[in-house]
Amino acid sequence: MWIYEKKLQYPVKVSKCDPRMARYLIEQYGGADGELSAALRYLNQRYSIPDKVIGLLTDIGTEEFAHLEMIATMVYKLTKDATPEMLEAAGLGPHFVNHDNALFYESAGGVPWTATYIQAKGDPIADLYEDIAAEEKARATYQWLIDMTDDVDIQDSLKFLREREIVHSMRFKEAVEILKADREQKKVF
Amino acid sequence: MPEQNEPEKRPERGDERYRQELEELQKVDFALVELSLYLDTHPNDIQAIQQFNQLAHKRAQLAHAFELRYGPLMQFGHSFTRYPWQWKDTPWPWQV
Repeated sequence: MWIYEKKLQYPVKVSKCDPRMARYLIEQYGGADGELSAALRYLNQRYSIPDKVIGLLTDIGTEEFAHLEMIATMVYKLTKDATPEMLEAAGLGPHFVNHDNALFYESAGGVPWTATYIQAKGDPIADLYEDIAAEEKARATYQWLIDMTDDVDIQDSLKFLREREIVHSMRFKEAVEILKADREQKKVF
Repeated sequence: MPEQNEPEKRPERGDERYRQELEELQKVDFALVELSLYLDTHPNDIQAIQQFNQLAHKRAQLAHAFELRYGPLMQFGHSFTRYPWQWKDTPWPWQV
């Protein structure tokens, strides 16, 4: 089971109302390489992955939900004081007429989240390679998001998330090596 | 004449002191997340395990002190509550 903790993993400070940046950040909320995709991908792969890496997938999958909450917090704070006119000027008019100021699992381009973003192949190496790629793609997205704003507080939180992608990628690469070593060992009698 | 010994303002969820104390907890929790993921792929590193257990102990103390001041961090019986039921109290993390 999961138990919610009433705190963010890392502080999220926002110094101004900026619906334009919120629109871009949604990519990491409901986009292909976003935090929702990450969390659901890893937690779903757990059931068919070898025992040696179930713990890792469980922990990283759980941490992704904490990251999802950080992105939601950024979007919420950046848009909570925005008028419909401000949202429209930021390109969020189509979002506003469908969702008002609610968050929605969609990409920056307005495409709703879909399970086709994530795979569970049943082949542990194939699954872990997908996970490594997902982390690297998310790291790249965070870099581009950092480049899109001059808000140092938002940049600080985004840099934390960018670093977490790097650590997750490293741990998944180690998991691949653990499985490969295990496979080699089983051939020796 | 203004009161000489004004009682110290009671700390509240969301104020500056709350954010500082929360950050102390977030720092320890971050180290614990890092150690957890590391140990998932390095389960035999005894030094990391010692560090993990030390920090887990420190975490429990910090969280307990924090909850006495600001109310429960967790639900379903992992935290205690005063009367009336505190869980619903604002601000929620995104409102801080």
